[in-house]
Amino acid sequence: MFRKTLMAAAAVFALGSTAQAATEITWWHAMDGALGDVVDQITADFNASQDEYHLVAVNKGGYEDTMTAGIAAFRAKNQPNIIQIFDAGAATIINAKGAVKPVQDLLEANDVQFDINDYIPGVRYFYADSDGKMIGMPFNSSTPLLYYNKEALEKAGVDVPKTWQEFEAAAPKLKEAGYTALSQSHSPWIFFENFMSRHNLQMATANNGYDSTDAKILYNNDALKDHWQHVKDWKDAGYYGYYGRAWGANQDAFVQQKVAMWIGSSGSFGGLRKSAQFDFGASTLPYWKGVGEAPKSTFIGGAALFAFAGHSAEQDAGVAEFFKFLTKPETQYYWHKETGYVPITNAAYELAKEDGYYKESPDAEVGIQQLSEEGGEWTKGYRLGFYVQIREVIYREVDKMMNGEETIDAAFATIEEEANGLLKRFHDTYSN
Amino acid sequence: MKRVQFEHSAVPYLFVAPQILIISIFFLWPAAQAVYQSFLLEDAFGMSSQFVWFRNFEDVLSSSSWMRSAIFTVVFSVSVSVLSIAISLFLAVRADEVVRGAKTYKTLLMWGYAIAPPVAGLLGNMLFNPLMGDLYMALNSFGFEFNHIENPNDAAFIVILIAVWKQVSVNFIFFLSGLQGIPKSIQEAATLDCKSAERRFWTITFPLLAPTTFFLLVINLTYAFFETFGIIDVSTKGAPGGSTATLVYKVYVDGFLGADLGGSSAQSVLLMIMVSVLTVFQFRFIERKVHY
Repeated sequence: MFRKTLMAAAAVFALGSTAQAATEITWWHAMDGALGDVVDQITADFNASQDEYHLVAVNKGGYEDTMTAGIAAFRAKNQPNIIQIFDAGAATIINAKGAVKPVQDLLEANDVQFDINDYIPGVRYFYADSDGKMIGMPFNSSTPLLYYNKEALEKAGVDVPKTWQEFEAAAPKLKEAGYTALSQSHSPWIFFENFMSRHNLQMATANNGYDSTDAKILYNNDALKDHWQHVKDWKDAGYYGYYGRAWGANQDAFVQQKVAMWIGSSGSFGGLRKSAQFDFGASTLPYWKGVGEAPKSTFIGGAALFAFAGHSAEQDAGVAEFFKFLTKPETQYYWHKETGYVPITNAAYELAKEDGYYKESPDAEVGIQQLSEEGGEWTKGYRLGFYVQIREVIYREVDKMMNGEETIDAAFATIEEEANGLLKRFHDTYSN
Repeated sequence: MKRVQFEHSAVPYLFVAPQILIISIFFLWPAAQAVYQSFLLEDAFGMSSQFVWFRNFEDVLSSSSWMRSAIFTVVFSVSVSVLSIAISLFLAVRADEVVRGAKTYKTLLMWGYAIAPPVAGLLGNMLFNPLMGDLYMALNSFGFEFNHIENPNDAAFIVILIAVWKQVSVNFIFFLSGLQGIPKSIQEAATLDCKSAERRFWTITFPLLAPTTFFLLVINLTYAFFETFGIIDVSTKGAPGGSTATLVYKVYVDGFLGADLGGSSAQSVLLMIMVSVLTVFQFRFIERKVHY
């Protein structure tokens, strides 16, 4: 019904648009496929909701492509009004002083009601500066979740593991039942960044990088190394399937019922519903009992919307208007329902609850519950430069740990050394 | 006198002007930009920059992953060039001898030329998918224990295989027309003198194909250096452990994905120097052995 109304409204707008001279604002995003359709729907709905501004949403490929396109456009002084930048690229755009207008300033300047506490705890400060001012508007926000094949777990007679200790007990039984117990799709995001958050461990000096670009990585620690030693042992014992660095290959192993459990994103929910030909459920990211202060909430993943500087006040007002529309509970609820990304405001979460959405599909609530778990000092996020390359280093070293080319200790020493080299380069580039 | 000479020589300049203009816009200017950028530390959005002399080059040359990548690039380029030239030469010689259905045979061999590198990469990716790839299954059913996800040599095998397959048809076309350019009279005279077809090939045909082979060597090395980027991005993304990342792929990862302009410019400049040296070497030492 909601969709139909939207489409009708869009049609009406399309007819009326020729007669009016609305201010055009552009939005470059990285959402393609089914996600792109939802973005187009939201865009059409925004355009239909008012006639002062006309929003044009353009897909620029994946996250990296979109960021590169934005950088090239900005350097050519031809930047869009809004750009979607992913978590690992946040430091690049936020530290380029003057490239973007902080979203909080933009909203306040245009008399849009803003209170950072309206946002759910997990997303509140991820795209904020060290003073807590929100720079980027959280948009598609996800968190790593454990998906499990109900039939497989039943066959093996095991419960969904909440902790890695429970996982270790269940894995041999799953193997006996003919399954590899686990695969996961994003080593840096799931088994590095969120490992730190889940156990409330500090990820980098300088307040996880929020206070200064002069930061050092803290990955080379016993808790994380121990975890990876276990992963390697699981793999050698046939409990862990390593299908390389590609997201899809690891997910396919779950979809084809070769592995019983898979860690992906809360945003994978919608896609899995279409591709998996079996009954599956979602659960929280396992943690090591007794390590750090687990369980704490996970980091928010995904991306945020940034307002590029260098546009007229009129266009900026349009951007503020769109952000206001985007954070409305109804829009957020629609986005959440269609994509599996979490609603970013408390009001939207309440609306989904009231509407009975989680009664009909309880698994859709797991992501937001995990993000609403008790936070710790180190669960707010991180702000590290050249983090895209640091992730590349991690991918590379994980390959080497998995194929035995390097020991766990050697791989982590390399990660520390190369990551710190990259952070130093970033600091030298951006500090003056 | 001088005036007349100037007017006289202006015409050829006019004719080459469009070419010079194109080279200036699409090569010289961007290359100069890259050289300039390689001496800077500049934030991605261009809000601030500083001149740092050779810092970027030092960072690149001291990184172990760059060295690994450089070594792989050499192995990869030589393998791809030699294999694709050898295979296509063999195919062209055989195709040249075919009498019946020659057209169909030739057309089928040329088809691969129309396939874009990323598509070739995608095809390879599917054939070697551990869950459903036919070639992956076949190799393992013969007891090869093939695993490109973990084994760097197996991964290198895949990218070389795809790159060679893609290039064979291009080389084939050149060799075939080269073979058809050899006068019939020479071949017939050779047949009278020598019974061994193999010996005739190495003493008569191959030397006459030398200009084509040399041209293809230059073209293939350039292809392996630069154009295989799409194949690698779609098939292995440099995995496992960065073992199949060529230098061009690293430039892309650091510059386009990672927004490190100075670092990736320094890498491009190094690559430019390497290719220039290689080209000079080819023309100085190998071309001497070629008779036109």
